[in-house]
Amino acid sequence: MSLMALREQLNGLVNSMFLEGLLDDQFEQLQMLQDESSPGFIAELITLFCGDSERILAELTKLLDQAVVDYQKVDAFVHQLKGSSSSVGAQHVKLACVQFRQFCEEHNKEGCLCALNVVKHEYYLLRGKFDTMLQLEQRIQAYESKQQI
Amino acid sequence: MAVDAEAQFHVLAVDDSLMDRKLIERLLKTSSFQVTTVDSGSKALEVLGLSEDQTSPSAVSPEHNEIEVNLVITDYCMPGMTGYDLLKKIKGSSSLKDIPVVVMSSENVPSRINRCLEGGAEEFFLKPVQLSDMKRLRPHILKGRSKDQQLQREENSNTIIISSGGSKRKAMDEEPSPERTRLRFSTGSLTIL
Repeated sequence: MSLMALREQLNGLVNSMFLEGLLDDQFEQLQMLQDESSPGFIAELITLFCGDSERILAELTKLLDQAVVDYQKVDAFVHQLKGSSSSVGAQHVKLACVQFRQFCEEHNKEGCLCALNVVKHEYYLLRGKFDTMLQLEQRIQAYESKQQI
Repeated sequence: MAVDAEAQFHVLAVDDSLMDRKLIERLLKTSSFQVTTVDSGSKALEVLGLSEDQTSPSAVSPEHNEIEVNLVITDYCMPGMTGYDLLKKIKGSSSLKDIPVVVMSSENVPSRINRCLEGGAEEFFLKPVQLSDMKRLRPHILKGRSKDQQLQREENSNTIIISSGGSKRKAMDEEPSPERTRLRFSTGSLTIL
């Protein structure tokens, strides 16, 4: 695939993510921060976000599996996830976390289990698109560095 | 020292989240700041040359005092020492109290914001912090520095008046006042405000 076609694909993907609300303004901020001096900035942040998120989702699953749920711990993890999703511009994940915290506050186990499923769903949906995004970005950057030789 | 407009200021950023540390580092570097990031309040105090239970820099580790920090930006919610605790330690230290501190938080809690501002924080940023927020940092750094330089100028100004007094007489005889004005502006420590 030509460089131009790759770029079109990447732009198309990112635009559709904005349109669907998967990404918000914060992601635009990140795009502004990535330049020649820090070409891997977005990739790094996305990778960190995915690592953090999966770790947190695993912890939350364990915590909500207990007979007696420690809502303080649950809330602390959801707060963390809300923070990192907010920092990376992951709007749907962030909103799902806000809902989740409501149920936590109410000590509503059913609500929390439901909310956890929503967060997982939103996260994995986003993760799939992020994977494609990073692959495209890598291919584009490989092309561009070849051109410079 | 009229180089403040171009001087690279050093910001110490404190946040327990690795993602947020990466983000704030990029934001600060893009805005031409020199950056050091740490993941806790206690590490921040180490960088500043203070240990947790001291109020003045340790004589034992003088190398820490060589790192000049022009501004501290810290997350509020951190395990152990919170951003507020760190703020109070800095403002309670005779050697560090003039360093401007900015607090960040993902939560918009008015009582928290007021507490920090009353505790001596210059500003409170809501996360996620953006590029436009970076513009608000330099004025706080310059404000502190121009206070020092105002003191310097006042110390120096006695000398100026005496010498310009002399040349003023001469100037009035020979030339109009631009001579005296030129003298004033050529004195070292003027900031571009």
